[in-house]
Amino acid sequence: MTLTLTLREAPAAPVRAEALRPDRLAGLSRSEIERLDVWHGNRPAAAGDLFDVSGAGEPDVRVEGDLTRVAALGTGMAGGRLTIAGDAGPHLGAGMQDGEILVEGDAGDWAGAEMGGGRLVVRGSAGRRLGGAYVGERAGMRGGEIVVHGDAGEEAGAGLRRGLIAVAGRAGPAAGLSALAGTIVVFGALGAHPGAGMRRASIVAMTATALLPTYVRACTYQPPFLRLCLRRLRALGLPVTAEQIDGRYTRWSGDTVELRRAEILTLEPPR
Amino acid sequence: MRLHDVEVEDTFAEAFPMWGARIVVTAATPTWAMNAGRSLTGFATSVIGCKCEAGIERELDAAETPDGRPGISVLLFAPDREGLGKRLVERIGQTVLTCPTTVCFNGLEADTEVDVGGKLRFFGDGWQASKVLAGRRYWRIPVMEGEFLVEERFGIVKGVGGGNLIILAEQVATALGAAEAAAAAMRPVEGAILPFPGGIARSGSKVGSRYSGQIASTNHVLCPTLRGQVDDSQVPNGVGSVFEIVIDGLGEEPVRAAMRAGLDAAARAGALRITAGNYGGNLGPHHFHLKELVP
Repeated sequence: MTLTLTLREAPAAPVRAEALRPDRLAGLSRSEIERLDVWHGNRPAAAGDLFDVSGAGEPDVRVEGDLTRVAALGTGMAGGRLTIAGDAGPHLGAGMQDGEILVEGDAGDWAGAEMGGGRLVVRGSAGRRLGGAYVGERAGMRGGEIVVHGDAGEEAGAGLRRGLIAVAGRAGPAAGLSALAGTIVVFGALGAHPGAGMRRASIVAMTATALLPTYVRACTYQPPFLRLCLRRLRALGLPVTAEQIDGRYTRWSGDTVELRRAEILTLEPPR
Repeated sequence: MRLHDVEVEDTFAEAFPMWGARIVVTAATPTWAMNAGRSLTGFATSVIGCKCEAGIERELDAAETPDGRPGISVLLFAPDREGLGKRLVERIGQTVLTCPTTVCFNGLEADTEVDVGGKLRFFGDGWQASKVLAGRRYWRIPVMEGEFLVEERFGIVKGVGGGNLIILAEQVATALGAAEAAAAAMRPVEGAILPFPGGIARSGSKVGSRYSGQIASTNHVLCPTLRGQVDDSQVPNGVGSVFEIVIDGLGEEPVRAAMRAGLDAAARAGALRITAGNYGGNLGPHHFHLKELVP
């Protein structure tokens, strides 16, 4: 059975709801859930002040209502399943360690920021710094998978250390900014300056992309790892084509202002 | 007891614990996957001289493999965990890493694992890179062809080594025909391999020798040519040739299933008598009684 939290009305001030994560709600009674602390603007509030609660104690949680001003849902969650029925506010699933979050609409900025594991699926688009690092932190996402069926904003995967970010649509400027490792796959247009300052990570681009002059062409080949990666993304529901799986990719090594151990793989047109 | 009018001796095969791993190798074509598999399983007939035993379990369709390319599945066995880890690193490093277009995957989910890709990565001389996908770590090793991909950790399980059938017939051709039929019937059993050439050994051995330093020697009691020379010969009158089929499996059940299939096939294909090898039951904990395998 699913535990459902329904936001009664769009809040007057932003709400920060870090307590609303499936692993924390599991085992709690309805009244205990209603008493959980949230922040409404700069004032403490109880979850029951803002949400109607139906069901109880389930690790499968569904949150409904206009949630664009509700931040930090699923933050740090270590298991369970969280479904956002519509759009989600910022910091969704930031620091999550395990479990799955499904957003049926769009996700705000910082979705999956510094997450360590689990899976975040966004049916719509995601905002800035998807899976990114917070200001002052070197490492962003440290594990797990992020799948965005729409577009992603600026600096997706900034500081990425490990894990997989896939964007079916376009990615904004500076994807993979200063990424340490991990993989970013972008099926639509890739914004300006991809991989700026990247150290060991991989960016895979399915469209023709203008690269920084600090990336050097190596060769065109079929990376064995990419077959696995793309088949995995197909299994996760992205429309990956056989041409992309079997395709030849040009490897660009960089960023030469950094370690020069990162790569941007760009799909070559069929011969 | 008799099976299809063939005498089946009321005895048992005595087998030993061995640690086993399953290696999945894919390649651009089935031919290259098979080339890798043949090299990987070469010189791996018996732990007596090869430190491990290995065989091709089966060919894999592209739909069955992790990367959607044709492949093969190989089983490799060694007496202990440490030895199995070493053999995996040596053999994958020398025969799969070197083979054009191949990728190497762990084919066994198990609680116990050994590090393989994490050791082979050093061939990359610092240019190697790792990727984690769905909880599994892979190593990308740059090579002259392009890139070799190998999974870091391989699952290993306590398996069974040394299941066997011994097939006796009037002459080499009939004995070999029966053994070939048995091997063909045993090969489809998943989780088991026949490590000897073509699955068949002509030189079954006994433990020890009259010569010091020789840890195994010819099984003289089953050598037809010695029937007139040794007092304890077990070669019946009229038998001119004997073959042994050794079976290693990831558990008792695959070994049992293979022996059952082989027993039936050999009995239909010209064997005069079928028996099995043991050491009195005191050395190996796995006993496969032939009477339990006869339908």
